[in-house]
Amino acid sequence: MLNAIVYALPFLTTGLFVTLIVSLLTVSLSLVLGGLLGLVLVYGPTPLRWLVRGFSDIVRGIPILVLIFFVYYALPVAGLNLQPFNAAVLALTVFKTAQVIENVRGAIGSIPRGQMDAAKAIGLTFPARLTYVIAPQAVRRFLPPWINGVTDAVKGSALVSLLGVSDLMHSIQQVIGRTYDALPLYVLGALFYFAINYTLSMLSRRLELRYSYIRE
Amino acid sequence: MAAPSPSAGSAPLLHLSGIEKSFGSVHVLRGVDLEVARGQVVTIIGPSGSGKTTLLRCVNFLESYDAGSILIDGKEVGYRDLARRRVRSERDLARIRAETGMVFQMFNLFPHLTAAENVMLGLRKVRGKSLREAREIASHWLGRVGLGDKLDRLPSQLSGGQQQRVGIARAVAMDPKILLLDEITSALDPELVGEVLDVVLALADEGMTMLVVTHEIAFAREVSTEIVFMSEGIIDTQGSPSALFEDGHGSDRFRSFLSRFETHRRR
Amino acid sequence: MGYTLNFNLIWRHFDKLWGGLLLSLELAVVAIAIGILIGLTLAIAHVAGGRIVRGLISAYVEFIRNVPLILLVYLVFYGLPQAVDIAYDATTSFIVTLSLYSGAYLVEVFRSGLAAVPAGLIDAGKAIGLTPWQRLLHVRLPTMLRITLPALSNTFISLFKDTSVASVIAVPELTYGAQWINTNTFRIVEVYLVVTVMYLVTGYAILIGLRAIERRFAIGR
Repeated sequence: MLNAIVYALPFLTTGLFVTLIVSLLTVSLSLVLGGLLGLVLVYGPTPLRWLVRGFSDIVRGIPILVLIFFVYYALPVAGLNLQPFNAAVLALTVFKTAQVIENVRGAIGSIPRGQMDAAKAIGLTFPARLTYVIAPQAVRRFLPPWINGVTDAVKGSALVSLLGVSDLMHSIQQVIGRTYDALPLYVLGALFYFAINYTLSMLSRRLELRYSYIRE
Repeated sequence: MAAPSPSAGSAPLLHLSGIEKSFGSVHVLRGVDLEVARGQVVTIIGPSGSGKTTLLRCVNFLESYDAGSILIDGKEVGYRDLARRRVRSERDLARIRAETGMVFQMFNLFPHLTAAENVMLGLRKVRGKSLREAREIASHWLGRVGLGDKLDRLPSQLSGGQQQRVGIARAVAMDPKILLLDEITSALDPELVGEVLDVVLALADEGMTMLVVTHEIAFAREVSTEIVFMSEGIIDTQGSPSALFEDGHGSDRFRSFLSRFETHRRR
Repeated sequence: MGYTLNFNLIWRHFDKLWGGLLLSLELAVVAIAIGILIGLTLAIAHVAGGRIVRGLISAYVEFIRNVPLILLVYLVFYGLPQAVDIAYDATTSFIVTLSLYSGAYLVEVFRSGLAAVPAGLIDAGKAIGLTPWQRLLHVRLPTMLRITLPALSNTFISLFKDTSVASVIAVPELTYGAQWINTNTFRIVEVYLVVTVMYLVTGYAILIGLRAIERRFAIGR
């Protein structure tokens, strides 16, 4: 068994690298998009809010796998021929963006109404209220659940192996295809994913404790 | 009783006339007229649902009002066109709100800022004070409310009474024309109420103009120059504390409201 | 664009989608049922047990929650028969995987549910003379179940969506049906539109149904 692991390691680490890149791209793109759309959802004009709400509900109401297949197979029909890697990142980004929108909505929505009142009462204008009172609290409320959600992006990235993207999951399959030694490789792969995600969720828990003062 | 009587012949600092407000189908304010002169302390008491908090929140336009006008030093608070109910711009509202100070029932301190920073925020971003000036003013007022040693504490590290005193300092440090106090002791444990009321009394003694909503009847008697009893959206009874409590003026409704506060006796 | 929508081929093979949807629902129901048994048992064990028991339970929970479902599916289907002399079909293997998966999430749900039972209720139980076991049975568990109803509903809906991963080991659920139609008719856009609507409508229907139940029984809503 040790031989199998030693043989597999170089392939797995290459795959791990791809997984990390995919996750990183997904997380950063979705943070920007989801952040903006989340603000639209909370503060925007009603028709736009309905659009964002609709987008978020639809994306979160279907399985990630369906979203990935839809993006991969259906987009070429519309003329957009994406490489598997790009299609994968696009699909995962769409998925994660919907989650980030919810994170933003939750973070801002959980700020007690009285905070806006107090900010108004001392004479701050709307932009100043957002900058000095709402945003600092929203960010602290946003971070722990968002970091926790990053683990969903990492786990979701395993599905892109089905599109042929050579991520960690795909490399595991490839090696097993050659060595026929499934169990130790799946376990090894699981440990890799575990290491990444466990670290993230511990970070999330730490931050939650650290920012507990923001919730009275 | 505290507070010097208002100087004769001066126009009222705060003038509310014909204030009406509905929330959906609920008619919360049904025509309220009220005046507060400089240096006066007017306290509004009344049962829950009488509209007293809503009225207070209209004064700094935290709530809009469907009819009537509110004048602070002759300037209409919320609307640039009263007839057509066109609301003022955000910037005008902000400027007007800077002239009033409000202290809230739930304190509403900014949890990510220390006590000093809570007080300094308005000073720096609204009054344009420098960091040093703001810090000086903040320490002065926090010292005045007895929290000189708690400048760098976060609200989560302070007791309810301490938080409320920071709230008072935050409002007063802005040098407002009038202070609006919204049931500031309702959320406090009984033993912490006294320290907050002491601060308010001291401010009243120095001539701070205040509009207070409270259910602390004894406190109302002590601090006010005028007591207003509201019921079902209008002012029912109004008068000086001595007129209402010693000379027994006031409607039956007012009397029956007061009787609820008498200590329980076996019937 | 050169692609005209044609839903006829979808309707012709609709049995694959309908059958797939029913299978997805069945899988979710079985998984949550077993998951509740696992979660409840381990939650109680966690509260009652010593450090070793708690450590083992945490290890199980953390492992499942941090590893992708697809990997777990492969692990159980391909990997396990290597170690243990077991031969099972894809559907059974997926049920095992999804049950273990849901069990791990439910342990957390039940643990925090138990902790959320107001101390006052437990005190009241003590005050009328109930033994610890009676308190667990008659006060804490019933209250906990009502507190956790919303979380249970959300878990069930998530599981329903997670059944799509079964398609990778050829379990004929809804997503597999979609892929089948895709590769056999090339009606890509149509089949995924239909399947998207099916997931959304079903998810929404479940949500409404569960909310109705919650309204009757749940505390804290």
